[in-house]
Amino acid sequence: MDVLVIGGGAAGLAAAIEAKNMGVKVLLLERDRSTGGVLNQCIHNGFGLHVFKKELTGPEFMEYLWEELGDLDEVIRSNYTVLKIDHINREVFTLSEEGIIVFEPKALIMATGARERSLNSLRIPGARVTGVYTAGVAQKMVNIYNRLPGKRVLIIGSGDIGLIMARRLKIEGMDVVGVVEIMPEPGGLIRNVVQCLEDFNIPLWLSHTVFEIHGNERLEGVTIGKVDENLNMIPGTEKYIKVDTLVASVGLIPQNELIENFVDVDQVNRGPVIDDFMRTSVEWIFAAGNNVAIHDLVDFVYEEGKIAGKFAALYALGEKLPEVKYEFKRGKNVGVMLPQRFTGTQPFKMYLRPRKSMSKSEVIFSGKTIRKFGWKIRPSEMIDLKITNFEQLPKEVIVEVNEIG
Amino acid sequence: MDKKMTCISCPIGCELTVQLDENGKILKIEGNRCPRGVEYATHEIIDPKRVLTISVKVENGVMELASAKTDKPVPKNRLNEIIDFIKKLKIEAPIKRGDVIVEDILGTGANLVVTRTVKKRN
Ligand code: SF4
Repeated sequence: MDVLVIGGGAAGLAAAIEAKNMGVKVLLLERDRSTGGVLNQCIHNGFGLHVFKKELTGPEFMEYLWEELGDLDEVIRSNYTVLKIDHINREVFTLSEEGIIVFEPKALIMATGARERSLNSLRIPGARVTGVYTAGVAQKMVNIYNRLPGKRVLIIGSGDIGLIMARRLKIEGMDVVGVVEIMPEPGGLIRNVVQCLEDFNIPLWLSHTVFEIHGNERLEGVTIGKVDENLNMIPGTEKYIKVDTLVASVGLIPQNELIENFVDVDQVNRGPVIDDFMRTSVEWIFAAGNNVAIHDLVDFVYEEGKIAGKFAALYALGEKLPEVKYEFKRGKNVGVMLPQRFTGTQPFKMYLRPRKSMSKSEVIFSGKTIRKFGWKIRPSEMIDLKITNFEQLPKEVIVEVNEIG
Repeated sequence: MDKKMTCISCPIGCELTVQLDENGKILKIEGNRCPRGVEYATHEIIDPKRVLTISVKVENGVMELASAKTDKPVPKNRLNEIIDFIKKLKIEAPIKRGDVIVEDILGTGANLVVTRTVKKRN
């Protein structure tokens, strides 16, 4: 086998499609019983505008990818767990119904995606009660298994999945009392604030959080209240809300347990350092999607998967890929950023999140303005920049986002 | 009367202010960076519409639910009625992505189509 892909979400499927089109032998390992990842349960629309030039729902996007891949049985192995990767001997140890199998691919693509942060990580006082779910779990219950988590729900966190679940649970007949967001601004896309909350008269409480969880076995209620600019609770603002369900959308964490001990890791992205070929610091291992950094749009994840698939296939075919020549370094106001390295041999897309919201701003590469934004940019909306001209760039490029007057 | 809204036609998200007279007629739209903002605000005032995404119960399928959507935007003020109607539906597997479940749902001109293929259970 030439190329092995780990993970069958949008990034993994796209990588497999591209590698297959390049004429190499490719195998995709999926932990679940079928591929598609989170697309399966994201029945809302808004996917595919960049890639397919139309507005699709998650399942439609997923089925498009399946059709693009063609014969699924030839490429996909479901119910496979990857136990370990030996990066020196280039071996991948897996567990499945067939027992332990060791693969020795020429190139490997990591497309393991992200997992949800749990509410426990917020350390809210109160007993551990039933009735507390992450947004993704609630979404799976409702959209795949036809089960409602409860009757009356508060959503914690206004990330996109939280907003979408507020609407979804309302449509399914739950009493959605509101969404609390600890930050002064919504965490998700504006479009979702409008279409999920405003359309359905669901309140959004900004600079608010849950102070305490009540109930012994089953959740009975929560105390919410306001926080100051340092995110400390403001006494006297407490309000008791009776709910039997809490749905937490408090962030996603890239999953990199299989490789984080031997690849260079970017502590801000919480994913592997990659270059414009989606190559990690280990030359036969590529990575794409939410395991590299958390993205907003599946379209971007798909595009990364395609890049990883193409170059992993070329590498497997024995082609000598160009070496990294330039490095991006974070300067002022730069949060999530990828890639961190590039070869300077091809145009590529760079993704950035500013650390704070800015009304007017510019992106600067080592003193040179690359792009100006005349509208508000926010940490919650990833910026994509097309980089085509490397001529005057130093080997180490300092990336900054500055507010302008 | 002024009405504030956020244009969602592109990620910029302009904050629009729409001036209305006492009959609800639009006098002025401000805050848009491009003409699409005017179009958006006009639609939102005169006849706001949304694509509804939802799920429908499936009998004898490998899944209990099929995801579905209206193939055109439907009037926002009729969403609840349409949701109630869809909640009572049951369809029979197998179904294919793109199959029309309900034509011209409640006279809105939009069809309800499934967005997922659900095979028959053996
Ligand atoms: S008015 Fe134009 S620029 Fe502003 S959000 Fe709407 S579409 Fe985008």
